[in-house]
Amino acid sequence: MKKAKNKEKIGFFTIIKQLCKSIREYKKPSIATPILVMVEVIFECLIPWIISLLLGVIDYLGSGAVETEMTIKIVEFLSYGKEPNLLLIILQFGAVLIALALLSLLFGVLAGKSCAKASSGFAKNLRKDMFHKIQDFSFSNIDKFSTSSLVTRLTTDVTNVEMAYMMIIRTAIRAPFMLIVALTMAFTINAKMALIFLGTTPILAVGLILIMTKAIPFFHKIFPKYDALNESVEENISGMRVVKSYVREDYEKEKFNKASTNVKDNFTKAEKIVAFNAPLMNFCIYAGLIAIYVVGSTLVINHNNTLFQYTQLNTFMSYSFQILMSLMMLSMIMVMIVMSAASAKRIVEVLNEKSSISSPENAVKEVKDGSIKFENVNFKYLEKAEKYALCDIDLEIKSGETVGIIGSTGSGKTSLVQLIPRLYDVNDGKVCVAGIDVKDYDVTALRDSVAMVLQKNVLFSGTIKDNMRWGNQNASDDEIVKACQLAQADEFIQGFADKYDHYIEQGGVNVSGGQKQRLCIARALLKKPKILILDDSTSAVDTKTDALIRKAFREYIPETTKIIIAQRIASVEDADKILIMDNGTITACGTHEELLKNNEIYKELYYSQNKHADDKEVK
Amino acid sequence: MPPKMPMKSKGMRGAPKQKAKKGTMKRLLGMLFKQNKGLLIVALICITLSAATSVMSSIFLTEVVTILQEGLALINPTAEQIAQGVIALSPAQSWQAIWPKLLTVFLCMGGVFGLSVFCSFLYHRLMAIITQKFLHQTRTNVFNKMQSLPVRFFDTNRTGDVMSVYTNDIDAMRQLVSQSIPSLCSSIISIITLLVLMVRFSLWLSLVIFAGVVVMFFVTKKVGGGSAKYFMRQQISIGNLEGYVQEIMHGQKVVKVFNHEPNTKAEFDSKNEELCSDATKAHGYANILGPIMNNLGNILFVTVAFIGGVLVALNVPNVTITGVQPLINEQGFASMVAAIMAFLPISKQFTGQINQSSQQLNSIVMGLAGASRVFDLMDEQPETDDGYVTLVRAKIDENGVITETTERTGKWAWKHPHKADGTITYTELKGDIQMFDVDFGYVPDKIVLHNVTLYANPGQKIAFVGATGAGKTTITNLINRFYDIADGKIRYDGININKIKKADLRRSLGIVLQDTNLFTGTVMENIRYGRLDATDEECIEAAKLAYAHDFITRLPDGYNTMLTADGANLSQGQRQLLSIARAAVKDAPVMILDEATSSIDTRTEALVQKGTDRLMEGRTVFVIAHRLSTVQNSNVIMVLDHGNIIERGSHDELVEKRGSYYQLYTGAFELE
Repeated sequence: MKKAKNKEKIGFFTIIKQLCKSIREYKKPSIATPILVMVEVIFECLIPWIISLLLGVIDYLGSGAVETEMTIKIVEFLSYGKEPNLLLIILQFGAVLIALALLSLLFGVLAGKSCAKASSGFAKNLRKDMFHKIQDFSFSNIDKFSTSSLVTRLTTDVTNVEMAYMMIIRTAIRAPFMLIVALTMAFTINAKMALIFLGTTPILAVGLILIMTKAIPFFHKIFPKYDALNESVEENISGMRVVKSYVREDYEKEKFNKASTNVKDNFTKAEKIVAFNAPLMNFCIYAGLIAIYVVGSTLVINHNNTLFQYTQLNTFMSYSFQILMSLMMLSMIMVMIVMSAASAKRIVEVLNEKSSISSPENAVKEVKDGSIKFENVNFKYLEKAEKYALCDIDLEIKSGETVGIIGSTGSGKTSLVQLIPRLYDVNDGKVCVAGIDVKDYDVTALRDSVAMVLQKNVLFSGTIKDNMRWGNQNASDDEIVKACQLAQADEFIQGFADKYDHYIEQGGVNVSGGQKQRLCIARALLKKPKILILDDSTSAVDTKTDALIRKAFREYIPETTKIIIAQRIASVEDADKILIMDNGTITACGTHEELLKNNEIYKELYYSQNKHADDKEVK
Repeated sequence: MPPKMPMKSKGMRGAPKQKAKKGTMKRLLGMLFKQNKGLLIVALICITLSAATSVMSSIFLTEVVTILQEGLALINPTAEQIAQGVIALSPAQSWQAIWPKLLTVFLCMGGVFGLSVFCSFLYHRLMAIITQKFLHQTRTNVFNKMQSLPVRFFDTNRTGDVMSVYTNDIDAMRQLVSQSIPSLCSSIISIITLLVLMVRFSLWLSLVIFAGVVVMFFVTKKVGGGSAKYFMRQQISIGNLEGYVQEIMHGQKVVKVFNHEPNTKAEFDSKNEELCSDATKAHGYANILGPIMNNLGNILFVTVAFIGGVLVALNVPNVTITGVQPLINEQGFASMVAAIMAFLPISKQFTGQINQSSQQLNSIVMGLAGASRVFDLMDEQPETDDGYVTLVRAKIDENGVITETTERTGKWAWKHPHKADGTITYTELKGDIQMFDVDFGYVPDKIVLHNVTLYANPGQKIAFVGATGAGKTTITNLINRFYDIADGKIRYDGININKIKKADLRRSLGIVLQDTNLFTGTVMENIRYGRLDATDEECIEAAKLAYAHDFITRLPDGYNTMLTADGANLSQGQRQLLSIARAAVKDAPVMILDEATSSIDTRTEALVQKGTDRLMEGRTVFVIAHRLSTVQNSNVIMVLDHGNIIERGSHDELVEKRGSYYQLYTGAFELE
């Protein structure tokens, strides 16, 4: 384990430092918990000691046994110079003990509550920090993490760290402190007897460390396997129809059985090692017990019950139990911390991720018009990628123009338009909007002016109105209706029973593809953008509606620059300018007529899609 | 006590959300017992022995104390004894006198404790084996069961919910089986043993303990119950938060484009706050149960000591189960004191055991709730299959006589046993599909297909077009019997498909589904999924046919590139090409392409189509497509509307007809 720690040393401290930043307003309970726990432990450890005193007194007064000075002093003290009265003394003892137990209870409860508060709050802050961080991610940051991994980090990983934190501020303080107090108490009663603990404790400690070092690597090995097993189940469930179509049930069963058996075998091996824990613990307790009895007996007889009383055997039993228990707890904490270290690391990975795009100082807050200019732009998604996604792009679009972009999958259409609202940063060259480099704008201001309907578009659960207000939070109902009319969505919305209050299910599953696209366009229109980008956003809309939408654009937002990416030639043929893209470059640029004349690809596409035009003419 | 392994790796999200049904525990124990009868009995014996022996330490203490009292009496004789001429011994002499007795006790202790340690070792090891075996069995049982469930089950249960059976629920069971149940057994045995011991030592003090136990029971019920309640609530909050996060992150780019971050942050914060409040309460209750029980134990301990002391002070004789003891025992010490001495550690152990069982409450509640959901899944009705017509390899001689064979002839036949006369007839597999007046509804009272009749001859390409929900995919779902028709008849090569074994029916169909599901593994393995005995060459051939070869060779490791998480490293179009290749390698006489090329650009689509057309020459193809260009060259195009076939004919015929298809085609109305 030490080796592993050394390897991660630098990372380890960064992790701790980064995590600690999220404690914030929960510092108070986080500090209070250990203190409360310590007080609780002190009271708890006092109890067996006082009981041993009480037993001594009872023994002395009840049967006249030979007693130590301590007992006699106590009796004198509690009798207030009168004839010793056992009942009175017991009463006083009882009061003190009950008071101690109550105090211990009080502090225990307080510690437990404050620990819960601290750890839940810490977890809350961690989640909050992560989520806020993620919201500030740029597109390239988002691409780096998968959605499911981010969700896991936000839930399971945080829960793991929360549990570890709870352990650390409560148990990790309690255990060693208990160990120290119990040892001290044992030594005050009788040093010679206490030495026994020094014999058994190392045995347990060494044993535990041995078990842990043997078992932990196993667990480290199993967890990824276990995760993989669960992932394959998930895959199987979502691919159930494929499995059934190909009649692969038995194949899948066998695959699963193999994987599960593998997990089982490894787990069994690890758990078998862990199974040594309890007997080891028992052994140490019992060995200690026999040693206490043997040594205690000689002390009692040899010193005629003065140096060590047989009534204290009991107390020693309690302490030995407490000491070993706390060692056991320590070992559990160790495991817990090791296990949660991976989770902590995954959390810090998110927290430490620097958003690659942020607004500059003295940022330009206003976008004047919708003109766009690309100058020698090169762009790739990953620094280490060999191929550029965009290469040598030079392009000028005037404010208010309509530009169509055509090209096959992977030709760079989406990459190109994503640079305009600065969703990604260029590697070389520059992109200007209204004559100013996009990097000089305030990001929010820029994106407010550049509305983009993404290819992979998403509606969120909520009413249509809720979704529309993403475009403009203060949009009036009239504005919303207007935008929907422009996007040709009003008609079908009126068809819903609840009209604009129609509830959209998560992912927009209860509206059709074409309806979804029109809603997304309306949402973008509500932003009243200077530049509107439609990334293959009318693919599921019929040609007629598509034409109506474009007509509405022309008539109602003529001053807005419109960039339309499409598969269908019909969607772009009336654009001021059509770009043909291939392999990250713009291979041709011109109007429909020009391209039809000069460009082979365009021509081919046009005729393949418009055969019916000829058919019609023929017939 | 074994340490709790924090088994919270990815995907394990705490406890299930519902309470356990009655009888779950019984069923769970039954399963456990049935699987591991032998081991479990041994483990139970070990638990009993280890629990019983651990209790013995108190008895040994009284023994030792009694002997020590004896030894002290030898050193300090009473005045009375001195008068009788008893001489006080020196400590050394006294030690010698009592040593043999002590030694016997110590040896006994050594023996008993040795046994206890051994038993504890054995049972922990056995439980490790039993638990893992049980979990493995449960997992595979659930998985096997899941494989047999009808598609309908997956329609009505979300993936996440089914998944949580594997992660949360089975994990909750692990806790229950490996820790809670043994610990509870051990505690019960200890408690019984301790009860016997307590009554043996002192009735009075036992009564005090009983009173205490009643209090502890109610505290556990209150605090533990609160804890369980809030843990359940916390699970719901986590679920809410997770759902929200999932939705937002799924559309994270949209959030960015709309500068919507402040809103999502605020929404998240409020959900997070809710979770935090539930978590604080849940953990708060759980955290205080320990100290409360512990200190109640302490108070009880003090009360026992106190009452014991009072009894001594008042000279009340000790009463045990064997009767009333004299005030002063043989050694000349108050017998009550000896009883208290013995009784105190027992009471401590007793409350300790009760404390320990109360700590298990949470995991028992959650474990049972988990087990209950696992059982629910196991009790689901599997897909029924009454088919008896099977698919066999066939040899067909020049006279058209079909014989069954094990050779790979490339020919298949339906083997049709006739129950009435015991004869078997063979029908060649051709791919001829006919539907007569088929009605169907996913739910009985909502019919989505009406009177569908269609004929698909081998070599024909049949296309379905229509709006979302018109019933295109539904028709294909009926052909492969993902669902069974409500009325009408479907015949495959003249055989009623209800008579065909489902597995064989599906084996004869090559299906490319709307959702491309790829599996973790290499590209090659994914293609081979179509036919497990396909050679590499055949797979590559299929990939070429599906026009996937090009991009595959450009992948970092070509055909050996590992695909992860449903091919997340591929584009949607590439995934579709792969799933077409997968279907192509299957080489089935009937092919169903359900929006198989929807994400592929039109130029590539044309190339893919050329490939599949070549492959499917002489075979039956069903095509469902959104883009009309995909279906133009079909032999028959069916236009579906609200579950009815409203038009049918070839492209030219339909255009000629100037009906719905024509309108669709010219873009007069929308395809959704």
